[in-house]
Amino acid sequence: MTSIDDYERSPSIGQPSPALTEKLKSLWETKPGFIGWLGSVDHKEIGLRYIVTAFAFLVIGGIEALVFRVQLAWSNMRLLTPEQYDQLFTMHGMTMIFLYAGPILSGFSNYLWPLLLGSRDMALPRLNALSYWIFLCAGLFLYSSFLMGFGPNAGWFNYVPLAARAYNNGPNIDIYSLGMILLGISTTVGAINFIVTFLRLRCPGMSINRVPILIWGTLTANAANIFAIPSVSLAFLLLWMDRNLGTHFFDTTAGGSAMLWQHLFWMFGHPWVYAIVLPAMGMVSDGLPVFCRRPLVGYTAVALATVATMVLGFGVWVHHMFATGLPTISLSFFSAASIIITVPSSVAVFAWLATIWTGRPVFTTPFLFFVSFILLFTIGGVSGFMTGSVPVDWQLTDTYFVVAHLHYVLIGINVFPVAGAIYFWFPKFTGKLMDERLGRWNFWTMFIGFNLGFFPMHISGLLGMPRRIYTYPDSMGWDWLNLITTIGSFLFGFGVLLLIYNVIRSVRHGPTAPANPWDAPTLEWTTSSPPPPYNFAVIPVVASRHPLWEERLNQSEGSRSQIETGLLLDHGKEALGTTTLDAEPNIILKMPDDTLVPLYLALSMTVVATGLGLVNWWVVAVGGALTATCILAWLWPEARLGETAAPATGEPRHG
Amino acid sequence: MAERHTLEGRLPVGAINTRASGWWAMIFTVFTEASLFAYLLFSYYYLAVQPHLPGTFPEGGQPDLKLALPNTIILIASSLAVAWAQLGIERGNKHRLALGLGIGAALGLVFLIIQYFEWAAKPFTLSSTPYSSLYFVVTGFHMAHVVVGVVMLSALTWWSWRGYFNRVRYAHIHIGALYWHFVDVVWIAVFITFYLTPLLGLGA
Amino acid sequence: MRAVQVAILSTVFLWSNARAAPLQYLTGAGDKATPVVFLTWGLIIISISVILIIGLLLAGAIWRRPGEDWTPGARTALKSHEGGLNWLWIGVGISTLVLLFSVVWTVKVLAEIQAPTPKPAVTIEITGRQWWWQVRYLSDDNARQFVTANEIHIPVGAPVRLKLVGGDVIHSFWVPQLAGKMDAIPGQTNETWFEASAPGVYRGQCTEYCGLQHAHMSFLVVAQPASEFRRWWDRQLAPPAPPTGRAQAGQTGFQMRCGSCHTVRGTEAAGALGPDLSHLMQRATIAAGQLPNNGPVLAHWISDPQSMKPGALMPTPSLTETELANIHAYLKTLD
Repeated sequence: MTSIDDYERSPSIGQPSPALTEKLKSLWETKPGFIGWLGSVDHKEIGLRYIVTAFAFLVIGGIEALVFRVQLAWSNMRLLTPEQYDQLFTMHGMTMIFLYAGPILSGFSNYLWPLLLGSRDMALPRLNALSYWIFLCAGLFLYSSFLMGFGPNAGWFNYVPLAARAYNNGPNIDIYSLGMILLGISTTVGAINFIVTFLRLRCPGMSINRVPILIWGTLTANAANIFAIPSVSLAFLLLWMDRNLGTHFFDTTAGGSAMLWQHLFWMFGHPWVYAIVLPAMGMVSDGLPVFCRRPLVGYTAVALATVATMVLGFGVWVHHMFATGLPTISLSFFSAASIIITVPSSVAVFAWLATIWTGRPVFTTPFLFFVSFILLFTIGGVSGFMTGSVPVDWQLTDTYFVVAHLHYVLIGINVFPVAGAIYFWFPKFTGKLMDERLGRWNFWTMFIGFNLGFFPMHISGLLGMPRRIYTYPDSMGWDWLNLITTIGSFLFGFGVLLLIYNVIRSVRHGPTAPANPWDAPTLEWTTSSPPPPYNFAVIPVVASRHPLWEERLNQSEGSRSQIETGLLLDHGKEALGTTTLDAEPNIILKMPDDTLVPLYLALSMTVVATGLGLVNWWVVAVGGALTATCILAWLWPEARLGETAAPATGEPRHG
Repeated sequence: MAERHTLEGRLPVGAINTRASGWWAMIFTVFTEASLFAYLLFSYYYLAVQPHLPGTFPEGGQPDLKLALPNTIILIASSLAVAWAQLGIERGNKHRLALGLGIGAALGLVFLIIQYFEWAAKPFTLSSTPYSSLYFVVTGFHMAHVVVGVVMLSALTWWSWRGYFNRVRYAHIHIGALYWHFVDVVWIAVFITFYLTPLLGLGA
Repeated sequence: MRAVQVAILSTVFLWSNARAAPLQYLTGAGDKATPVVFLTWGLIIISISVILIIGLLLAGAIWRRPGEDWTPGARTALKSHEGGLNWLWIGVGISTLVLLFSVVWTVKVLAEIQAPTPKPAVTIEITGRQWWWQVRYLSDDNARQFVTANEIHIPVGAPVRLKLVGGDVIHSFWVPQLAGKMDAIPGQTNETWFEASAPGVYRGQCTEYCGLQHAHMSFLVVAQPASEFRRWWDRQLAPPAPPTGRAQAGQTGFQMRCGSCHTVRGTEAAGALGPDLSHLMQRATIAAGQLPNNGPVLAHWISDPQSMKPGALMPTPSLTETELANIHAYLKTLD
């Protein structure tokens, strides 16, 4: 009688040796050539691709903004037609919020998570590759209509009826809708991967109260995405149907509801804006303490505050709709919730302040970015607090005050931490050090440029300048403020270019980086720079949040983390599965090899989206058939992955 | 001192039931798809309470139960067949596994056929009114999930019949059954919303 | 710190500019505006204080100890992992109190401005259209109802009820000096109110992106003493004076070329696609508050609206010089 014993073994325990590392390297490294490049399932390669692609979109979105900032630099300018302006500001918003802000954090998390958790890879490497390829396909799909002159032009939140067929007849909104559904699939499968990795792939001893705050931030964001993304995907699908199949969901001339769009959109939209900052806040919570030479103050409070912010974030979406005529009781509730949500954020701010105050600062470039982020967070936070008050929001909403707020939170809480994270983890990713002197120039141009560009928007907003206007008269008192904003924006853009220049130059000519240039405490710094394909030759066992600082912090817990001795897991491409709460080993997982199927699947889904865009059901059917074939091929039970009755190749049947 | 005791001992290898990564992936897939249906049903309830002419929500009055109720039973039966199959393989009974999955797939197919007839008999089309748009889109979304489920159950039936699985290694069955039961539960929610809430006066 | 300097400079700049910015709302004029102005300033002061306090704490934290030098890979001393939690209790505690205070004040102001205390003196139904405002004055006496566009007159010192109707896409009605904004959404009628405590001309603008000419969809609210307001209302109901000479030819031309979109009460022109032009000469602006209503501008607007408001739904008519001059002369009689 077959039993579980037939599928068990006692994994060897040992230390790294040249023979072991050679064997692991040949098992884990990406195959050379085209197949390897397109079929890689290595989280580090996928993570870097995400980061590079997201940065490309950042630059494109930035150029879009700088073009219309020239148009707005003074009153009554005629550089752009209204249609051009409308497409540019819509593309700018869509690009930054969907194609940069989410993916950049996915990229960093993708690269770092297995290294932070002491694991060989993410739980679902093929799904990881799929999420990247769909992201790339969706980004190109979304830009296709813009490049032909039919870019989405109804704003990134795309209100109906303006976005409906009656008022917007070209393919603009159809491409936007279908592209967003496609992108939503990418984000969803990525979210599933992160959650499963958190639950199952932490190294022994890494109980949930020992994971870095970046883990908490990304986990929270992705758990939220699981529940929030279907709302916007549905909204866009219903809109596409209204526009192409004659349905009446949002059609107010036939009993549909324009407000239904707003509810579906913002029930996603608000959680999304927390999803694109919480991981970045986590990066600061992990990086800042390194440069204060002490662990983060209030780890538990910060972890709980992260989760609390996200949970509360599901209960405030109506604050984007305060002027739509909702009943007073509803407005009062959402206003109170929107103001109270500041409380968990304040927990994080004071934790960071306390860490710096009780620590000993080390003035490196990443430190500058992380510290300035705290100030920008505060400014963005208080402007948000102001818009949370309904009577005040009735004046502030849809003015440049909100534009100031959203840029302080998005650039302040996403871009600045990302810049700091680049400087912090660049040595680990590339094995080179970035130039510190250039880093100072980079920081100051970005910081001064950003504040010069966006602080005046608070004032032009208070002076009544509405959003989304392609020009304005000269009698409004807004001219000088806009000119300063335009100049500041260009300076900020130059700062971003300096960052990219520093990265490229340092990759080519930077000095070699040691494994742990910053003397940081977490597991990724135990690997070489860059890490080997298998991350850890032996699976580490951790006993605290700061494995590399344990001795010096003299924590009297008794046990120490074990980096040099651990499970070998070298009978093929293997990773360790552990229990959810306490991270006790409970299974040896068989990991997949490089495969082109995720790429094929992403392309098949894009064919479906294209067919819908052309309203050509043959193309949709072909795409659907290809999609089904790819999924079947992917899920075909494989002995090598331990999915069938047959033992995995090379595995003895007993013991 | 390392916590070395946690490293000693035998560990299972491969994809085994709830320790398989794929199982957890399906759990969260179910959560996200459940959210999708939650938002679809939210749209129904939201439009139901908007002002509209009497008799337009539901359009044509109370939807007919004479096909929908038996169909619901058929779908529940198919879930029971799949559960029976899973209990079988837990005891190592590969024939029961293949048989139960096959019956589940066949019943799923019957569900689709009956629903097609129900669609054809409706007095309204996709573009008649917001209600009709909701009816076809929500039940259509569910139908799409059933189609995926039937294809999946067919594949599982084939793999089972070819002897891929045994009483220890049958993660695919575990995962697929979870998906199929979820599709069933969603149907209950859709059924209640479209066919039962009008009886309570919603939309009148 | 840099941000502090910017904040101070901005406040100075703000005050100097406030008078010169027609759409600013740091000062207000009316029962609905005043409580909100106080709340706005209260929240601004709290916000700036928070920024300054956090900024100072941050500066103190960074510079209280001499900074460490850094060389790559060097192991440097660590500080103990104890301490610092007091920051959380005190900081979060104070923040929570301030936030709760703000919630209470907010809800109080919201309740206060929800509805006017004396009953509204007049009810106006406003329909947002791409890219102008249709204004209908309601009355219990059907004979006293009338339609106008883009310029709204109200009596000083009395609340005015507004019914906002979405005509095509979502627009938002906003007169910063008098009240916060309210959307005009197709499929529903939103009710709001405002009141002007002092006579004057208050500017408004659409504040929900509504398409190509969203930027040029403004309007004026003229607050007058009650007797002047009544006279203005009566004037709106009066039939137009019969035109003579060139203007008479212009009326024929207008009815033929413009009447399918525009209405002039008392004539054959009864179109409802564009603004009602009865008593056009009473208005200070044309093109939805964008252009001054004088001879040359009006003539230019009629002959080539696309050059002044590209994308506007008013097509470029191909008028001969004579036709243009006649219609222009006719319009100038619409007083």
